[in-house]
Amino acid sequence: MAVDPDKVVQLGDARNGNIVPANYGGDDIIEKAGLENNVWATRMDAVLGWARKFSLFQYPFVTACCGMEFMAVSGSHYDTDRFGAALPRFSPRQADMLMVVGTIVHKQAPVLRTVYDQMCEPKWVVAFGACAVSGGFYQNYTSVPGADKIIPVDVYIPGCPPRPETVLDALVKLQEKIQASRHIAF
Amino acid sequence: MSVLTKSPEAFQPSYGYTFGGELVELPGDIRMHRIYPEGEDTDLSSRTVINIGPSHPAMHGTVRMVVELDGETIVGVDVIPGYLHRGFEKECEAHTYHQAIPYTDRLNYCSPLINNFAWCGTVEKLFGAEVPERCQLIRTYMSELSRITDHLTAMGAGLMELGALTPFLYMVEVRDWMWEHICHVTGARLTQSYGRIGGLARDVTDEWLDRNTEIFEKHLIPKLKQVHALVDHNRIFIDRMRGVGIVSQEDLISYGVTGPCLRAAGVGLDCRTYAPYDAYDRVSFDVPIGKYGDNYDRYFVRMREIEESMKICRQLDPMIRATNGAPIHAEDARMVLPPKKEVYSNIEALMNHFKLIMEGPRPPKGEAYHAVEGANGELGFYLVSDGTGMPYKARCRPPSFVNMGAIHLMLLGSQVADIVPIFGQINMIGGECDR
Amino acid sequence: MSGNETPELSPVLAAVLEGLGDTVLAWHSQHGDDTILIQPADRATVAAYLKDTESLAFDMLMDSTAVDYEDEEPRFEIVDHFFSTKKHHRLRLKCRVPEDKPNAPSLTPLYGSANWMERETYDMYGVVFDDHPDLRRILLYPEFVGYPLRKDYDKLHEQPLFESRYEGVRETDEKLHPRVGVELPIHGTEVPR
Repeated sequence: MAVDPDKVVQLGDARNGNIVPANYGGDDIIEKAGLENNVWATRMDAVLGWARKFSLFQYPFVTACCGMEFMAVSGSHYDTDRFGAALPRFSPRQADMLMVVGTIVHKQAPVLRTVYDQMCEPKWVVAFGACAVSGGFYQNYTSVPGADKIIPVDVYIPGCPPRPETVLDALVKLQEKIQASRHIAF
Repeated sequence: MSVLTKSPEAFQPSYGYTFGGELVELPGDIRMHRIYPEGEDTDLSSRTVINIGPSHPAMHGTVRMVVELDGETIVGVDVIPGYLHRGFEKECEAHTYHQAIPYTDRLNYCSPLINNFAWCGTVEKLFGAEVPERCQLIRTYMSELSRITDHLTAMGAGLMELGALTPFLYMVEVRDWMWEHICHVTGARLTQSYGRIGGLARDVTDEWLDRNTEIFEKHLIPKLKQVHALVDHNRIFIDRMRGVGIVSQEDLISYGVTGPCLRAAGVGLDCRTYAPYDAYDRVSFDVPIGKYGDNYDRYFVRMREIEESMKICRQLDPMIRATNGAPIHAEDARMVLPPKKEVYSNIEALMNHFKLIMEGPRPPKGEAYHAVEGANGELGFYLVSDGTGMPYKARCRPPSFVNMGAIHLMLLGSQVADIVPIFGQINMIGGECDR
Repeated sequence: MSGNETPELSPVLAAVLEGLGDTVLAWHSQHGDDTILIQPADRATVAAYLKDTESLAFDMLMDSTAVDYEDEEPRFEIVDHFFSTKKHHRLRLKCRVPEDKPNAPSLTPLYGSANWMERETYDMYGVVFDDHPDLRRILLYPEFVGYPLRKDYDKLHEQPLFESRYEGVRETDEKLHPRVGVELPIHGTEVPR
């Protein structure tokens, strides 16, 4: 098939607000091969989903009060280690889950975007706390009304700050989402 | 890079302090304070400029430091806060005095009750009103609980940054017990919003006090013992913390540093002793003071302060029980909501309630500054009232912000590995530093 | 702002008024906070006097901020809170600067804490401190235009550093599970602020 240069999209390209994950693409090939409902493809998806959901390496982008609840969730009362999501990786290159914990302000926005861009696919984003979800009760010249104004978000955790059980529930929901999504690419 | 000011006089206040240095401009609106430890003619080509933050593993807050290194020694630093500036003052000017209380929670979010009571105390000062005795006792008790949780958070995170992961888990576990318990009376684990202008949100019971004593005995004291056993005489801990981040007392006072950082240097300045507010004049407690002012002393001062706070709570316990049944609100219709039974039955209370909620409590025109001893130092609120229910100016004097103004004194000349421990022991809380 | 209900002065205020004489334009002691008003040009000299006098010994600048009285002229009032670590007394120092020339001498040669606090006052109000070694924005970013704590700055006027992307689902979800039926606009669904 002829390649249209205008339609070529770099895999993993995050510039211009056009987030293209690396495992995007190949849907047409899958359709052509008739593999989209193929048992082999769906089993592979299930296995990869299982592996990815139980080995989440979080990048805690901690800014504000929700960071205290994040510490509590990582502590021994409400352990995230039980879910496989214990180890924070303080480098975005080594992490696959970005937890935006706390208020994002306009000064911090380019930083958040850079950190997100530095992460490799597959990656998921969790907006932790009311401020990351929608700006919380800060509605002024400096607060960004939600982290999803800057990066795409997968799971939103409401609460100011959310109770640790809410965070664990969100973690389980994210794991369900990972299990159910398409992983393989050609 | 362009050198903006080179004169040593620009950095030497009248009493004189150690280094001069120069202010070097870097791209990105960064002005780095650079020193020459060996002399003016140092070869600058061996120096590197690195950027630390604003998103970094140090669990204390989001701040950016641009640091110039000569090998491992820090010879230039610029500290750039403001990555959590949420517009506290502007928000407070658009809300009533009551509605601003949740915003004060988020200032020093590790000890939110202290912030609540400081704000309420300032508004009560504007009104010229006093709260009843039971309210003062409970406020003192809750402030000390908040201080304990703040120090547990600070020390837990600070020790984790050094690599001691166990004390972090121990302290977070104890903190969780305390938070759950505070949640039983205030309704929230972290952002409690428990103070009300002229009183408290709700009363505490004797059973709640019993359980608190139980938490101290069963959880806090054993865990503190374990942390002390793990860390105090640990060779690695001593090597990393002793002699690191020393600043002279005159410099600290000139830079307005208060709280455990100043007390670790040997200056026994504590708002609770020289200007007692609430019930601090009715309890006796010691103010721990350090000797050298280094990181180890700051850590130890905070650990001792946890024990002193427990001592205060133990003394307040029988006093609170003795005032069982006493009112916790001031008898002041200008700022205290009337009881709900009255609101639903007679018109005056309904009007009072309506005005207080819709317009807010209206203090007389004027200004007031009220300071309390926060966990990091003197936390003050300066309120200007124009007679309406919303503050004309609501200024928070943040101890973390002012303490951070002095951090370059501790960093210049230290090693790069000392940045995170120093930053951790200063206990900068982002919400308070940037507001 | 001169005089008070109770005519007796606190010892600190009496000593200050006696020592400074005509430099003090007005004073009050409302709610127990001793306050004096001076000319802005005298700010550094008065602070030096407060610091160097043995009996006053105000060695700590606790807080420094400004207030915007937009209906009055001069517009900005610089408020400094001084504290003495030895005598444990406080004083509030105020001076008014006009909008067209919001300049005042800086206290950085005397107090290290003035450095960051005056930078914040400049950032929020636009008050310029002469002889400040490093007057630039501290809490906001250099691209920010205007001074947000002024009363004429709209609270909701944001200055984002780049265009925010749309709110909503990720592109991949949209591609795999496209919305069928009604074409919902993605942009412009937010409530105008």
